[in-house]
Formats: sequence, structure tokens, C-alpha cells
Amino acid sequence: MSVAVRSIGAAIDRVEGREKVTGEAKYAYEHSPPGFVYATALQSTIAKGEVVGVDAEAALAVPGVLGVLWHEDAPRLHEVSDAELEILQSPRVAYRGQIVGAVIAERYEAARQAERLVRIEYSEHPHDVLLRADHPGFYEPEKVNPSYPGRTEEGDFDQAFATAEVTIDRTYETPAEHNNPMEPHASVAVWREDGITVYDSTQGASSVQDIVAKAFGLERERVRVLSAHVGGGFGSKGTPRPHVILAVMASQAVRRPVKLAVTRQQMFDFTGYRTPTIQRVRLGCDRQGRLSATAHAVYEQSSTIREFAEQTATPTRMMYSGENRRTSHHLTRLDVPTPSWMRAPGETPGMYALESAVDELAIAAGIDPVELRLRNEPEVDPETGHRWSSRSLVACLREGAERFGWIPRHGASRGPRNGHWLTGTGVASSVYPARRRPSEARARLEPDGGYVIEIAAADIGTGARTALTQIAADALEVSPGEVRVDLGDSGYPTAPLAGGSMGTASWGSAVVKACRELRATLARGDTPGLPVEAHVDTGAEVQGDEALARYAFGAQFVEVHVNADTGEVHVPRAVGVFAAGRIVNAKTARSQFIGGMTMGIGMALHEESLLDLRFGDYANHDLATYHVPSCADIEELEVAWIDEHDPHVNPIGAKGIGEIGIVGTAAAVANAVHHATGIRFRALPITPARVVGRVSR
Amino acid sequence: MRPFDYHRAADPRAAVAAVARRPEARFLAGGTNLIDLMRLGVEAPELLVDVSRLGGGRIAETEAGGLLIGASVRNSELAADHRVRDDYPVLAQALLNGASGQLRNLATVAGNLLQRTRCLYFQDVTKPCNKRSPGSGCPAIEGEHANLAIFGHSEHCVATHPSDMAVAMVALDATVHLEGPSGPRTTPLIGFHRLPGDAPDRDTVLHHGELITAVELPPLAAARRSLYRKARERRSFAFALVSVAAALELDRGEVRDARVALGGVAHVPWRATRAEEMLRGGPLTEERAHAAAEAELAHATPLRDNAYKVPLAHRLIVRTLLDVAERP
Ligand SMILES: Cc1cc2nc3c(=O)[nH]c(=O)nc-3n(C[C@H](O)[C@H](O)[C@H](O)COP(=O)(O)OP(=O)(O)OC[C@H]3O[C@@H](n4cnc5c(N)ncnc54)[C@H](O)[C@@H]3O)c2cc1C
Ligand code: SF4
Repeated sequence: MSVAVRSIGAAIDRVEGREKVTGEAKYAYEHSPPGFVYATALQSTIAKGEVVGVDAEAALAVPGVLGVLWHEDAPRLHEVSDAELEILQSPRVAYRGQIVGAVIAERYEAARQAERLVRIEYSEHPHDVLLRADHPGFYEPEKVNPSYPGRTEEGDFDQAFATAEVTIDRTYETPAEHNNPMEPHASVAVWREDGITVYDSTQGASSVQDIVAKAFGLERERVRVLSAHVGGGFGSKGTPRPHVILAVMASQAVRRPVKLAVTRQQMFDFTGYRTPTIQRVRLGCDRQGRLSATAHAVYEQSSTIREFAEQTATPTRMMYSGENRRTSHHLTRLDVPTPSWMRAPGETPGMYALESAVDELAIAAGIDPVELRLRNEPEVDPETGHRWSSRSLVACLREGAERFGWIPRHGASRGPRNGHWLTGTGVASSVYPARRRPSEARARLEPDGGYVIEIAAADIGTGARTALTQIAADALEVSPGEVRVDLGDSGYPTAPLAGGSMGTASWGSAVVKACRELRATLARGDTPGLPVEAHVDTGAEVQGDEALARYAFGAQFVEVHVNADTGEVHVPRAVGVFAAGRIVNAKTARSQFIGGMTMGIGMALHEESLLDLRFGDYANHDLATYHVPSCADIEELEVAWIDEHDPHVNPIGAKGIGEIGIVGTAAAVANAVHHATGIRFRALPITPARVVGRVSR
Repeated sequence: MRPFDYHRAADPRAAVAAVARRPEARFLAGGTNLIDLMRLGVEAPELLVDVSRLGGGRIAETEAGGLLIGASVRNSELAADHRVRDDYPVLAQALLNGASGQLRNLATVAGNLLQRTRCLYFQDVTKPCNKRSPGSGCPAIEGEHANLAIFGHSEHCVATHPSDMAVAMVALDATVHLEGPSGPRTTPLIGFHRLPGDAPDRDTVLHHGELITAVELPPLAAARRSLYRKARERRSFAFALVSVAAALELDRGEVRDARVALGGVAHVPWRATRAEEMLRGGPLTEERAHAAAEAELAHATPLRDNAYKVPLAHRLIVRTLLDVAERP
């Protein structure tokens, strides 16, 4: 049963917009429990070895310093099955910048001053931090994030590739990239004998609650995590990061509330990042451009303490037709921090490689790159054989080409030159899975006649609170003004995290269900009086979802101007057309698509964490040296969506929009740069340093 | 951050005296560089003497017909001054190509000249760096140096001076006015910044306690026909990979005076005198612009990962010269 739509789809303002622009909205670090003190993290300055001693004398002499923690005197943790979180439990150092201690002080300045006075003695071992194609340590992980098989095989790729009429065999590289949301991670922890409260900047209050409870050996109910407002995450706040544990430990050690802010520099060390990738793509097709052979082999890294394998080749499994396909992931374990989720993990780097390769194949086959994609539209999911719940890639490509003014081209061609600017256009497809997870939610009618929804969901700046308000209003058949959505508190009904573009689908399903139950209860009229509430769990409903291939699709068209003198690449305009089911809020959705495309332009042209071989860390670690696009870099971005009615994804019909915008953008830019210059850049980002020596004036 | 004293000086002499007395004292202007470095632990002064309100905030015409720019004139004010825009456009453009609007509103002339290198190791106190900690070594030579020097570096340091403004000023033959413990003096901006040699910890020829009070621009015919071009990794808020300041005085098609300076290529704002020599006394043709760029860049000694700066500088010099020649 679907919801009668009234406020869903409307471009309404964020419900907490006023609080945010007036500064009233409190973010984690702004909470100041009485008696609070500060903690700062001490980090290893070696990439591999052991901490053999800590001399804290000078640090402890700084007025206001309350203590220095390290592995010999830190509270013991219970097992949490994530070695990144098991901080200060052993002398081992697994990467440079790993947390090896903490300073606790009454003033922040004192903590920072003392930090520099702590002498840590190490026993240092040689480290190995460089991902390279010939690294001896590669193995094939059985599962890739979150639980896909590492390798798939259909048909006979080798045979098909050997006999294909047109083939390409290319290797693409992407660098390590760091998420860097506006609000750095922060935790304010209050430890008491009988429980722990944490104000945390997280994408999932329930998962932080779980982990903190486990780590400190408490019942889940004894831990409360509050995250009413979160200033972005891009996946880096999707899993609890080690500083949360450190904040709680520090609070336990000094028996006072502790504030801990992760610095921008530290966000390049222990809050996660996207693995660098080396990707070999082989494609074979006939003269009509019909794919017969597809192979995608991915080489990437994880740390020595935890396996995280980005699912980079997974979009290649379902994107286009063709009987013979092989995808594989190869991981090596280096003395580096564990990579983690960064906006559309898997799809983002994977589609850069696949969509670049498809462009190369189109040129080799002499077929327009839009047309080549249209000719390889699969009837069913090639990987599983499942039907599509809906698939509108063709419509996105057609609509995008129309809006952009795409001029079909066959074979190698070059865009027009305008003075010393070389111009070009490029296209790429976007894709992202449309999943949902079980969630709980509560709906209540208050004595004053207002409706309240409670759910441990997170609004990380995406507009989730607003979207859920609209969903609840429609389910209740009232106006959005009569509904208040309370989220960001693990004390509310348990909810999955804001990640995998599943928030609206998962939480929305529970909210709809709770609202319906509430209405049913009210309709029966057998309750003693207000308030009346309904608490639901979508576990069974989600388990029972039919086996279908559920994905959102999109197409991106980009124009670039390349300066023939300097190699600078500008993107004067880009068009993104998406099909993501029902769009719940036209305004916040637009922001998500634009934000994703902007980040994709950054990936294409700017973002790169520079590995320092000698020290084993990333040498650039602030926003002055790790470049993301500035306003001046983003010109005309046009976003549109195809109306898609998909009753199979969830009762709202929404597919999730937080990540698809970044998928494919980098390939579209690189394809456009090729069109402008005749040069194929197979390593990102496409910087002046890389371009200038290769373009001719 | 180490605790420090803060003192607001009453006049330049008092400021000089206050800083000269204590070896770990620093002048504070806009603070956009110094405070950042203090947060990073790169600078740990015991005393900050605030000179941003010393009345050096004026731009005056000199008797000679040039401009005397007070040390604490903000970058945004200087860029907006109509005399600068009309008579020294290269300077206004250089300023507007630097940093961001907010930073330019705080940054001062003196602070901009004295901003420290953006070398990644210099800014990371957990790593060695000869400039920050003499004798500890220079990891940039083997490490990350893609945006460091191609001219004038040494085995001790390969850093670049990051300023845009200084590149334009060096092309304009600016003079720096100083107040020191032993009285005032002036010194040409060319030569004010030092090459690293074996003492990379010293960016300039300033002595401890010497205060910049003003920068003087001479009247210069070539300056009216001038341009600043900057190649960078994004379109705002990024330091130069290479920048070019160029000014030309043309007389019936012949180059009478040529000024070319480069940013992002050396430990100092680099005056391209070899290129200038090639340009004087002939028409400004594409061929001669190439020859001028070549004359300068033949002396470049790029490192492993910054050889791209040689063609980049070459092309940017040629393009800027051709464009400046076409200006009315
Ligand atoms: C993110 C970022 C991007 C930037 N991008 C650019 C760019 O693209 N191009 C560019 O050119 N700059 C750029 N800047 C640098 C900016 O221009 C400088 O930070 C600024 O000019 C410094 O001026 P200030 O007045 O704030 O100096 P302060 O930080 O106050 O001082 C800098 C130094 O000068 C000394 N000092 C100050 N005044 C005097 C005086 N009167 N006499 C003697 N010593 C003095 C101080 O002791 C200190 O050592 C950028 C800065 C940032 C943070
Ligand atoms: S180049 Fe200069 S500033 Fe950079 S590390 Fe070497 S000595 Fe330090």
C-alpha cells in the first residue's frame, strides 16, 4: 500500500532552518555538561612499531592539566571487534597518526600546550605504505563492503574477450581521498558509574550506542547518544571513530564530563578515507557496440588491523548487458589507517573507471557514447537475473542529452578550440543501490493535538528531519505543520544509520507504519485519552521484501574548458538527470544532487591526499592544501529528475539520493577533457601539473 | 599553544623596543598567518606586539609621484585604491588573486610580505625541517615538493615564498621602509627576501625587532600597462603553482622597459631579469616572448616532481607578455 501524496514532493524549507541560521541549533561540541573538561588526542609519529614509554612529567606540570592517558594506565576496554576502536589497549602502533594517548585538562589551551610536551618513546619498524600494482601482499577478500562477494564470474570472459571485434584494456587510478565534512568529528562524553551519555557528531546514534556499550561493558540501555544536529559526514561519521572511545575513557579516568574535538588535521589520520585504487578494466564488443566481455579487477588497500574492502567493482556487475563478465577485488594490508566509507563507496571510484572505459570503447567502436550505453541496456539484472524494480537509465541519458544539447559523435573527435581554451564535452552514467534496512519508530498524538514522531535517525544536514516530517504528514493526512519529528537520540526507537542512501527509505518505512498504526488505534476509539502512541518495527516487512534489483540511475553531461597554456581545467556547466523514485523534498533533493556533483568535480580536478613515503602519512592535511572545489570552481549545475513510480522499493517509493550525485561525475569530466585535448587522463585528479606538459598550445 | 603576552604598541618606536628586547617576541598584524602557525606549534612566541593599529594604514602620494603604502594597509583596501588600480594594475590584480575576500580584509601589506612558506613539512612540527628547526634536515627534497622551487634552492631548503602581492611589488621596484632598534632605514624589495643557502630559517634580511613601516612604489611608466596571471589548482583560495607579473613600456612598437617577475618558483619573489633583457629594445613579438621565457627558464633546476613548472612558467610568461602588449 502506498501513501496518498500531499506534502511529499513539495520544496519545503528545512524545518530546523531557522535554528541553524540563527546559531541556536546545538552541535555536539556545543553541549557543556556542568564541570566539563577537555581532552585532546596524542598521535603516533611513527607508522609501525610499539610505544615503549611515555614521559608526561612536563605535560602534567602545565597548570590545569588533569592527566595523561596511554596504554599503560588507560581504562581496559571490552572487545568491540573493530581494532581501530581498541585504542590504548596495547603498545602496538599500526599507522602514523594513530591515537596513542590523551591529555586531559581544564582548559583547551592547556591541553594543547601539554600535548606538545609529552615525550613518547617508540621502538620503530620499517613501514610499507604504498599501494602499487606489483605489491606482493595482494589477496582476494571473500566479501567486500558491506557483504558482497569479492569475485564474480559469468560466462567465459577470456574466450569472449579474445574473440570480440573491438576491445580495450585500460588501467585507471584514483588517489586516497578524505571526507572532510564541514563539522569535524566531536564528542562530549559524560561517564557515570551507572551509565554513559555522549553528545556525538554521528550518522548513527544507535550504532554509537551499541559500540560504546560493548566497549565499556554496559547494557545498551545504559548508554545514551545524542546527535540532534550534525554538520555533514559523507560516511566518515557512519561508524564510530576512535575519538568517541577516547572521550569516554577520558571521562571515566577523571570522573568529569569531557569534550573532545577532532582537529581538521586529525581528520586525515583516524576518521576514515577512501582507499586509493588501481583498476584494470577490459571491455569487448561487436561492431554494433554490443558488449560481450567485461572484466573489472580492482587493487586497493586496507590497514594491518582491520579488513575493509571497498566494493569498487560492484557497479560493473549490473550496469550493462553482456553474457561474459568477471569482477574481482584484490586487497593488500599496509601500515596505513583503515579506509572507510566515503560518499558512495564502491560506485564512486568504480564508476570512474567503468564509465571512462565505456567512453574509450565507444571511441574505438566509432559509436556515440550515449548510443553505446543505450545499446547495452539489460532486460534484467545481469548479475542476479532479478527483474528491475524500475530502471530509467535510458530515460536519464535521453533527457540529459536533450537538456545539455549533446551532439552525437562517432569515433575520435575533438571539441572546438576557443582562443587558448580547448573545449570538450563528456557523458557518464550514475548508479546507486536502493536498499532499506529494518527500523523502529514511534508516532504519538499529544494532548495538544500535535503529532510527534520519535526515531533514532540522524539529520546530517541532508534534510532528513524535513523529509520525515513530510512523510509523516502524508501518512497521517495532516499538514506538515502539525507534525514534529524528533531524532538524533539513541533513546528513541532504534534506527539504522544515515548511510548507503538508505535513510529516507528505512526510516520513512517505519514512520509510515507507525503513523498508520496510530491512525488505526485512534480510529478504534478505545483508548482512555491522550496521548496515544504507536511503536513499530519494520524488521519483518523488510525481511519479506521481494527479490528484485533495486537501483537509482542517472546520467551526467559535462562541458570543460582546458587552458592550453596552463593546463587548468574549468567546468563551465554540467547537467545531471536522475531517476531515484519519488523525490520527497524537491529543495533538499536538489541540494543533495548538486552537492554530489560538486564533490564529483572535486574528485575529478582537485581532491588528492598526498602519501608521504618517508613518514607514512598524508602530507597535506588541511583544507588549504587538500583542495576541494571553491565556489568559483562551480559554475552552472543543472539538476533534473525523471518521475519514477516504483512501488517495490518501500511505501514511499523513494530510492535515496545522497550518494548518486557523485557517481560518474569524475568520468564525465575526464571524458570531456579527452574530447577537449585528445588526451586520456587515467589517473585522478586532473591537475595543471599533469595536463600542462601534455597539451599542445 | 604556549601561553603568551599580548601588547598593543603606542607607536612604531615603542613596538620596535618591545620586540627587540625579547628574542621570542613577534609583531602581530592581521594574524592570518602568524596565528595559524601558532596553532600548529610552528611559532611559539612569548610576546605578541600588535602593530595593526599603529596608523600605518594610509596610502599617500610621494613627491616623486609614486605611492607610499602604510604597513598595515589591508590587502583589500590596497586592491581597491583607485591610484593602484590605474597606475599599478598588476598590483591590484595580484592582490585579488590571493587568498579569499575574508583573508584579504585582515591581511596587511607587511604581513603579506613576511608570510611564511606553505611547504607541508614546515607546517608539521612532527617532522624535520631546516627552516623551522635548523639542522634537522629537509624532507621535501626527497618527499612532497610538487609545488616548491625551480630556481635558487639549496640542498638545505627548496621552499617557495607564497605571496602574490610581493611578486607584483618586486616587478615594480618597490622599496621597503623599516624602523629598527638603531633607527629607520630603507631597503629595495629585490634582495629583501633571501635565497635559502645554508640558512633557510632566515626568510629575509630583516633583523629581529625591525618593523616594516611602509612600502614605497616609485613612479613607473611601464606599470600602467601591466598584468598579473596566476596558474593554480582551483580558481580561488589556492596558492600559485606559477604566477607572472609583467609590465611593459612600449615606444612606437619597441619595448623600452620590461618588467617580469615570477611567483611560486623560488624562495623569493623571482625577478626575471634575463627575460627582461631579452625583451628590451625590440618589438614584442611571440617569437621574442618565447626567447625571453627561454632565457629565464634555461636556468631553472627543477626537482623530481616539479618539472611541470618549467613549461608552465614558459607558457604563462609568453601569454602574459602577449596580452599585456595588447593592452591600451
Ligand atoms: C588559506 C589561506 C590561503 C591564502 N592564499 C594566499 C594566496 O593565494 N596568495 C597570497 O599571497 N597569500 C595567501 N594567503 C596568505 C595571506 O596573504 C597572509 O596570511 C597574509 O598576507 C598575512 O598578513 P597578516 O597581516 O595577517 O600577517 P600576520 O599573520 O599578522 O603576520 C605575518 C608575519 O609578519 C610579521 N609582521 C607583521 N607585520 C609586521 C611589520 N609591520 N613589521 C615586521 N613584521 C611584521 C609577523 O610577525 C608574522 O611573522 C593565504 C592565507 C591563508 C590562510
Ligand atoms: S623545503 Fe625548506 S621549508 Fe620545506 S622542509 Fe625543506 S627546509 Fe623545511
